[in-house]
Amino acid sequence: MITFDRVTFTYHGAARPALSGVDLRIGEGELCLVAGRTGVGKSTLLRAVNGLVPRFTGGRLSGRVAVAGTGTEERSPQEFAALVGVVGQDPLAGFVTDTVEEELAYGMEQLAIAPDTMRKRVEETIDLLGIADLRHRPLRTLSGGQQQRVAIGSVLTTHPAVLVLDEPTSALDPTAAEEVLAAVLRLVHDLGTTVLIAEHRMERVLQYADRLLHLPGDGTVRDGAPAEVIAGVDVAPPVVHLGRVAGWDPLPLSVRDARRHAPALRERLAARVPPPARSAAEDAEEAEPTLRARRITVVHGPTVAVREVALALRPGEVTALMGRNGSGKSSLLWALQGSGPRRSGTVDVAGDDPGKLPAHRARSLVGLVPQSAADLLHLRTVAAECAQADRESDAAPGTCRALLDAIAPGVGDGGHPRDLSEGQRLALVLAVQLTAAPRVMLLDEPTRGLDHHAKRAFARVVRELAERGGSVLIATHDVEFVAATADRVAVMAEGELVADGPTADVVCSSPAFAPQVAKVLRPQPWLTPEQVERALAVPESAR
Amino acid sequence: MTAARRPARPLARTLHPGAWWLWALAMAVAASRTTNPVILALLLAAVGCVVVRRRTDAPWALSFRMYLVFGAVIVVTRVLFRVVFGGGRGETILFTLPEIPLPDAARGIRLLGPVAADEVLGGLYDGLQLATMVICVGAANALANPKRMLKAMPGALHEVGTSVVVALTVAPQLIESAQRVRRARRLRGGREKGRKALHGILIPVLEDALERSLALAAAMASRGYGRIGATPPRARFAVGALVIGGLLGMAAGLYGLLDAAAPRHLGTPLLLGGVAVAVAGFALGGRRVRRTGYRPDRWRPGELVTVASGAAAAAVMVLATRVDPADLYPSLTPLAWPQAAPLPVLAVLLGLLPAVLAPGPPSTPSRETVA
Repeated sequence: MITFDRVTFTYHGAARPALSGVDLRIGEGELCLVAGRTGVGKSTLLRAVNGLVPRFTGGRLSGRVAVAGTGTEERSPQEFAALVGVVGQDPLAGFVTDTVEEELAYGMEQLAIAPDTMRKRVEETIDLLGIADLRHRPLRTLSGGQQQRVAIGSVLTTHPAVLVLDEPTSALDPTAAEEVLAAVLRLVHDLGTTVLIAEHRMERVLQYADRLLHLPGDGTVRDGAPAEVIAGVDVAPPVVHLGRVAGWDPLPLSVRDARRHAPALRERLAARVPPPARSAAEDAEEAEPTLRARRITVVHGPTVAVREVALALRPGEVTALMGRNGSGKSSLLWALQGSGPRRSGTVDVAGDDPGKLPAHRARSLVGLVPQSAADLLHLRTVAAECAQADRESDAAPGTCRALLDAIAPGVGDGGHPRDLSEGQRLALVLAVQLTAAPRVMLLDEPTRGLDHHAKRAFARVVRELAERGGSVLIATHDVEFVAATADRVAVMAEGELVADGPTADVVCSSPAFAPQVAKVLRPQPWLTPEQVERALAVPESAR
Repeated sequence: MTAARRPARPLARTLHPGAWWLWALAMAVAASRTTNPVILALLLAAVGCVVVRRRTDAPWALSFRMYLVFGAVIVVTRVLFRVVFGGGRGETILFTLPEIPLPDAARGIRLLGPVAADEVLGGLYDGLQLATMVICVGAANALANPKRMLKAMPGALHEVGTSVVVALTVAPQLIESAQRVRRARRLRGGREKGRKALHGILIPVLEDALERSLALAAAMASRGYGRIGATPPRARFAVGALVIGGLLGMAAGLYGLLDAAAPRHLGTPLLLGGVAVAVAGFALGGRRVRRTGYRPDRWRPGELVTVASGAAAAAVMVLATRVDPADLYPSLTPLAWPQAAPLPVLAVLLGLLPAVLAPGPPSTPSRETVA
């Protein structure tokens, strides 16, 4: 269905090709997962399928990309609309109209499909994706998962033979991600659509993939059955990692595969207990909280975003704030920092209420890295941003730069902040906020857009912050990140705090929030493959 | 077979936006033919009644109140102008304000001074006429979904229509991202003032907007927007020239028709000519564009009745100007009580018909579910 013939592509002015000598034959009805670190050319590969690369991006492409026999050099991306459906990373940015039904019809209108057929297909697509109750809704009012499903629906109505999805579940909570993937699977099974998915959260997609395309970073593509390719991949979901630790062969790709091997491993682990969450967390129980919030209520117009939430953050503790999209996590963070609206309730940080202080004093008590971190950056170079941060915080010159080097070594002074990778930009914003030396740091969805390596590096930074006596509160959907990093988990639903306790207790008791390792080794409370690895490394007799 | 009884009321649905626009413009034409406050007030009541009975609860439908306020402002300013700049020409002096003497250079202009009833009424009548016409346009805005209107545009203008729709969605997005960035500035202390603070907001907002428009352009292209097939450039140029020429002709013709003082030959013939040229252009362009519309609004009896009622109201009013202009332009010297003659009242009643005959709005805020 899709063929790449010795495709080499170089961006304008780039020293090395983004893709070099790529040869691929992807058959009809295959679900291919494209994996690799940020910046290795996953998006380039996906966008080459319908000719957006090179027609939209510039650069030099040699070799031939063809879909169903038609080469991208012959026709423009517009003419490929009937053949290839492309859904970008941010579905909202790609919407042309403003209600669900019109968006579904838009592509068909462009292709001059007869009105009767259009009507029928819209109804079919609505049923296929389970969005019947949304049909008249304005697109901007939908949740992330709903938007993603509508975006997929809007390209499906033209009955494309190939569906290309770039990070479809990265921004979604676990349940919404399941919904989207279930819809995609139905297409593969019922319509025989060929699907190409790039996804950082491999653990969500790997088990469904027929094929894995791994981009190691030198422009080449390794391609094969997931079980074979995954063995040599540096980024792997926890369940694969666990398989390696336990020495299973073939490596399990899904929780279901792994559970078949699990009894033996559980037996080996039976005599051991997971290490106590963190030693620091235990001391923390007695320590005076760095931030204590009482009865926080936030309203946006008629909707109550946060309802009478009480929360205490202790020194040395990393707390994760979880809950589905729109459950009030961001509103709570903004209210705690003092910059967002707060209807009632009190926040106490070292005797002061940040909401009642001027902005520059509030940020020296509580720092916040918002979801769109780039909003904080507006200067032309990294050095200028750092200097500005020192001035803003009345810190000694060089403070911000030193922090940045500690968090992410090797970020050049002269680079434009927009040109940094997601991980580097996050590091820069975090450094800017830490320059004010707040004891409490709030992070809103920081791991969105980070690959496994960047995430691991970021987890280390967060732990260090806590070990130096700070408190960190992270709003996130990333179950595996939480399992590896957080001491405590608080879960929000409809603006209320529904659970608050040690990570192992909270995540293991809920199927939606349980990390893969916990699902495999249930009922034993193991959370990460690293824990298991360490436990197995200690000989039985030594205990 | 027994004859089925006609249902008492037409099924609820949204009307073709073009029908509402034609009806409202016809009502504006009717209003332009009279300064009689009684007739104008009746006309306003009729338009208001139709709007209240036939509008949906969509956001744009709430704009009607704004137009009413705007109309009131027009009337008040017209009267105030007459009072401030020499309202004394007339028999019946209502009251006298202290006059402000002006230098010789401004002779002929008088500030304040005596205020005559004739002048005040003249201002009121003029203002009311203009306000009524503006409110008629407001009625069209309240009744017709602006986006459906753009969709109903001929094929040749499809691309332009899409751009306008996109532009309409970009504006709220810009406001949203400006608010977001402003809030984010507070996180960095937000102590800069003036140019620097503006810089801190503007740069991220513009960068954001640029990134989003690139993403949107790529998304639209990969969904087939701007497929041209094989249209030679000369044909495209011909379509553009015809359409724009036709629209200019229509504008000039409308002006001739609405302004009673304009030369007669500027009116109807130019309007019809313009329409013909524009239609030719659209037809030519539309033939080359391969595109369809989803659930297009079609012209059905409800639409025709609405347009016909507006057209009839305008026609009767024009007829009334021929028969008895004195009723439509009440005399100011000598002052006379405005009369409501049967013919203009009939015109207003004709314009009121859609309040009863046009299909009502669907009960949900969304579009109708019956095609």
